[in-house]
Order: sequence, then C-alpha cells, then structure tokens
Amino acid sequence: MTTTESPATGAVPEAEKKNWRTSGGVRGWFGRQHWAVRTALSIVFAVLAFLLPYVGDVPVIGPQIVTQGIDWPSALFNISYYVLLALGLNVVVGFAGLLDLGYVGFFAVGAYTVAMLTSPDSVLHTEWAWLASIPIALAITMVSGLILGWPTLRLRGDYLAIVTLGFAEIIRIFATSSETLRGDRGFSDIPHPPGSYADGKPIFGVADATPYYWLGLSVIILVIFGVRNLDRSRVGRSWLAIREDEEAAEIMGVRTIKYKLWAFAIGAFIGGLGGVMFAGQQGFMNSQTFILQFSILVLAGVVMGGSGNIFGAILGGALISYIPDRLRGIEDPIFHTDLFGFRFAIFGLVIIAIMIFRPQGIIPSRRRAMELKDREKEVAPQ
Amino acid sequence: MNFSGLIQDFGPLTITGLAQGAIIALFALGYTLVYGVLRLINFAHSEVFLLGSYACLIVWGLFGLDQNSATPNVAAVLGYLLLGLLAAIVISGLTALGVELVAYRPLRRRNAPPLAFLITAIGASLFISETVGVVTKRNITGVPPLIRPTDVVVIGNMHVTNLQILIIVLALVAMFVLDRFINRSRLGRGIRAVAQNPDSAALMGVNKSRVIALVFLIGGLMAGIAAVMYDLKIGVTRFDAGFLLGIEAFTAAVLGGIGNLRGALLGGLLLGVLQNYAAGLFGTQWLHAASFVLLVLILLVRPTGLLGESLGRARA
Repeated sequence: MTTTESPATGAVPEAEKKNWRTSGGVRGWFGRQHWAVRTALSIVFAVLAFLLPYVGDVPVIGPQIVTQGIDWPSALFNISYYVLLALGLNVVVGFAGLLDLGYVGFFAVGAYTVAMLTSPDSVLHTEWAWLASIPIALAITMVSGLILGWPTLRLRGDYLAIVTLGFAEIIRIFATSSETLRGDRGFSDIPHPPGSYADGKPIFGVADATPYYWLGLSVIILVIFGVRNLDRSRVGRSWLAIREDEEAAEIMGVRTIKYKLWAFAIGAFIGGLGGVMFAGQQGFMNSQTFILQFSILVLAGVVMGGSGNIFGAILGGALISYIPDRLRGIEDPIFHTDLFGFRFAIFGLVIIAIMIFRPQGIIPSRRRAMELKDREKEVAPQ
Repeated sequence: MNFSGLIQDFGPLTITGLAQGAIIALFALGYTLVYGVLRLINFAHSEVFLLGSYACLIVWGLFGLDQNSATPNVAAVLGYLLLGLLAAIVISGLTALGVELVAYRPLRRRNAPPLAFLITAIGASLFISETVGVVTKRNITGVPPLIRPTDVVVIGNMHVTNLQILIIVLALVAMFVLDRFINRSRLGRGIRAVAQNPDSAALMGVNKSRVIALVFLIGGLMAGIAAVMYDLKIGVTRFDAGFLLGIEAFTAAVLGGIGNLRGALLGGLLLGVLQNYAAGLFGTQWLHAASFVLLVLILLVRPTGLLGESLGRARA
C-alpha cells in the first residue's frame, strides 16, 4: 500500500509536509508512526469501542447518541451484525468488484442452519448447543456461496446482480413455502451462546444485549484482521486485477475463476457469521426476517462508506443500522408514522446522492478513487 | 409433482399464461429498449410500472370508483379504461424520464463504471417503492371491477374470458405499433443508430441524449399500459408489485434476447406460459421461483437469449 513508509527512513519529503491532504491525511499520518504507536492507538480505539454500551453515562453528548425507541445495547448489537455483513459484502463488491444483490441469502443460510440444528421445532430434532452448530452452519454457507458463484462466473456484472437477487429471492420463497423451514411460524427457542457468571446466571441472557455486542465486536476485530491480511496477499492482488480488468488479469495469469469463487466463499462465510450471531441473540426467526431490501441496505452501506476500504465498509455498516435505530420512536410530522418506516426510502436517496456527488464513498479506497478519476478523463466531449 | 393435473389443466394454464405473458412482455420492453441503447439494466423500471398501476387507480378513485362499486355500463367502462390508460401512461412516462434525469444522466456525463448506474437505479427504485409503501401503509389497494371476466370462448375445459382477450389484443397492438415506430420512423432510426454505435451516430448528427431520453420514455409508456392491464387482471396492487413482476419481465427480456424487441414479446409469452405450467406441476407457491430458476438456466445455456441480443439490427 501507499502509506506503509518505513519509519527507519524517517524524514518526510518537504513537498509532502506542506499539505495535510497530499501527505495522505489521517491515514498517511497513521502509516508514518512507529509500529508500537500504531498498535497502541489501535488498542485504545478497540477499548473505546468495547466501552460504547456505557456512552449514555457520558454527560451532555451521551444522551444525544443513545437510541430512544430501542435499548442502546440492542442497537449496538444490531450495529455489530450489520458491520459484519458490510465487511463480508465489501470483499465481494469492493475487493473483487462482483455486484452481489442477494447477500442477505447467506445471512439467511447461516441463521437457518443454526435454527435447524438447535431449535426443538426443527424436523431434525438434534437440539445441539449454539456453539456446536457454528462450524456446520459456516461450512454450509461457504458451500452455498460456491453454489451461487459457480454458475454465475461467466456472467457480466449486471447479469450477475440480477442472478444473485434471484438467489436471495429463491431462498426467501423456499423459507416461506417449504414445510421443513416452517415459513411464518419460524423456529423458536434457538439457544443462546454458552457461559455463565460465578453465581450461575448465564452471561448471554435475554434482558441485556451488552455481552452479545461484545461478542459481535470481538468477531468483527478477528474478521478485520483476516480480511486485511487477505487484501494484502496474493489473493487480494488477484481480486484487484479482476476488478480492474478481468480479461487482462486472465492474460497475465491470474486464475480468475478460482479467485472469484474465493471472494464468494469468503463473503458468504462472513455473512453466515452474521446470521449465526443473529440467531443466537434473537432466539426466534421466521421467513419474514430476511427481506430483500435488507441486501440492498447493506449494499448501500458499503457504497456509502467507501467500497474497497475496510474502514469505509465498517462506517457504512454502522450508519445503516444506527441511523434507523436512532429514528425509531420519533414521529414524522406529515404521515404520523414512525420515522423508522422511512429507512429504506431515505437510504434509496442517500445511495443516489453518494453515487452522483461522491462516488468513492465517505472513506474511499485510494485506488478506487483514482480509477474513477481516470475514467472521468476518458469521457468523450459531447 | 402433479403430472396428471398439468395435462388435465393444460388448456386453462396456457390461456392464463398467455394473458400474464402479454403483460410481462410489455413490461419487458422497457428493460430491452434501455439495454439495447445503453447496455445497462434499468433497475428502476419496476417502479415506473408501480407508479402507473397506482396512477390509474387514483384517476378511477376521482370518479368515485373503488373495489366495492358495481360494474358500470359499457360506454362508461370504455371511458374509464381510456382515462386510466392515459393517466398510467403519462405518469409512467414521466417517472421513466425522471429516473433517466436523476439516476443516469449525471453519471453518464462523468463516464462512470457500469455498476455505478446499476447502484443509482437501485437507489431510485428503493426510494420510489418504499415511499409508496409508507404512504399506503404497506397495504394492498383494491381495483374497481371495471370488467367482470365472462367466458367468450369455451373449448373443453379452457375458458377464454373477455378480459384475457382484451389484454392479449392490447399487448399485441402496442407491440406492433412500437415495432413499426422503431423500424420505420425517423426517430426509430435514430434509436437503432445509437444502439449500433453511439459515437458514430453522434458524428452523423443524432442527438444521443435525446435518443436516450426517448428510449426511457417509450419504455415508460409501455409499462403504463402493462400496469393498467395488471390492475384489471389481478384486482389488487401493492407497493412491491412492480419489483416482483419486474424480475419476471427482466427474465422474459433475457429469455428472448435482451435488446431485441420481438424477443421481448416471445420471451414474455413463453415465460408466462412456462410459469403457469410450473405452477400446475409443483403448486402455485413456486410460480415466482420458477422464473428465477429459468433465468439462471438461460444464462448458463444461452446467455444471448432465443432470438439473440440486438436492437441495432432490429429488422432481423
């Protein structure tokens, strides 16, 4: 990457010193620090994230931040799985450039597998513990990613989008109509994650969502590490080549099919992780849980935050969850409905505005921003 | 799997499928036209249809008609139908133009990558359908029973109703007029020229921006007609009606060869019929899933569709 300048060589060139922007802004400054400073800052940041459930106790600004219509730890947990979904979708859309509109399908596959294996309502009657069902749930989501990826490999971007949309819709129709997946009745009594305090009370109870948020945050941190390393590896460079020009990449010896499948599988894995956590916290789910607008909402988050940039995706994922939750319980003056109902409409407008005025997103990936600039120069005079 | 049921109901399933397919075909024209010229999928086309389906209801509502009113006499029905069609066509056409202006034109000026267009179109689609959803409180809206389906022709157990005949005839007429327009008129020649080669067409003096707007407008008009027929046939509409039918219309366009006008007709009718056969075979809840499976299969086996994709060579 452009920012990993070795601290040993030290001095920053004079020309760059003059302007905060040309020296790479916050990220440039962060990249020039000693590795110990960078680690320390990251840890401080992570600790602050872990303390978020108590932000309401901060005087003056705290009460403005916390949500009203939904309790704050639950809102934070919602944020955590939206961020996971955004991270996963960012791998597919941002890194590999494959527009996947059916991403919620993987979330559903993960959640449904957990429900099937653990809930007493399931026809399998296995009633496993939540933790035991995770490996199988994740394996099945990855396979479903491959199943979706394989027939769509030859398709161009826009066809791919419609086929993935169809995939999510088929899963939804299947969940609604099939007897095994129980349609609207859904699955209840899905067990919570294990563990209890010294006095025997379970850590992951029904009343307080804070432990779930901490669990989600920990998973997010692991996923960030994994995805960041992938992006900087041979796999990540292959994704980049495929995104910029698939034919050229193929000619240069990138095995496009292999790496596109990898993108689908890894994206599906992360989405499934979100589904697994969701099932563990809610304890109940039915076919109404996975509406299609959800996929588009997550896409909006990734695009808004800055597709191709991990921190952009995190910010976007957090915003698409936080803003509607914050609007919950506030009445709009015209139709007198909960403003929460407008969430998809509002994000529809946001997507258009972002694509027109700042196509690279709030925290852009530098390389993608440059790609967009390049294209702009090629435009033929009308 | 219910094979005997399929064979027994073959006639009724076919005629229902043809009527449904006629609506899908008209709807599919919008996808095909825009794709033929811009090589982009107009994701917001489903909402062009949606607003059309509400526009005629609003006009009928102004005359005091709702789902509980009695069927008026023949002259009044004709009048209401014409007014409803006019309202739906105008609103759908304007919506399509609006979508082009807001979601396509700014990006085109900047030579944005193709996926960016898709994303703005998705945004526009989400905005329109969800606003309708909030305003109607996500309830279904009933359609006044302007035409009571009565059997006109009966062959065996196949009952052909007046409504089905009206839908199929109206769709065929609209398609015929459009086909003549694209192939014979001066504006149609402009559309074909831009579809073949935008830059050369621009050098030859074709106003590319105007052609693109025209293509969106025509797609909107056709969707308006389709919307009125949909209302009459189904009897209800909903904020997500456009989305669900839109996927089917897109499948039809791909099936016939996207960018190909006659392909859209063929694909629409074929899809309508196949869907109903699948419903007869597996049960009606799988009707929509059938079209998705079909879409994936076509793209795997023959991605260019039955008649091949081309608006530029529309004569073929």
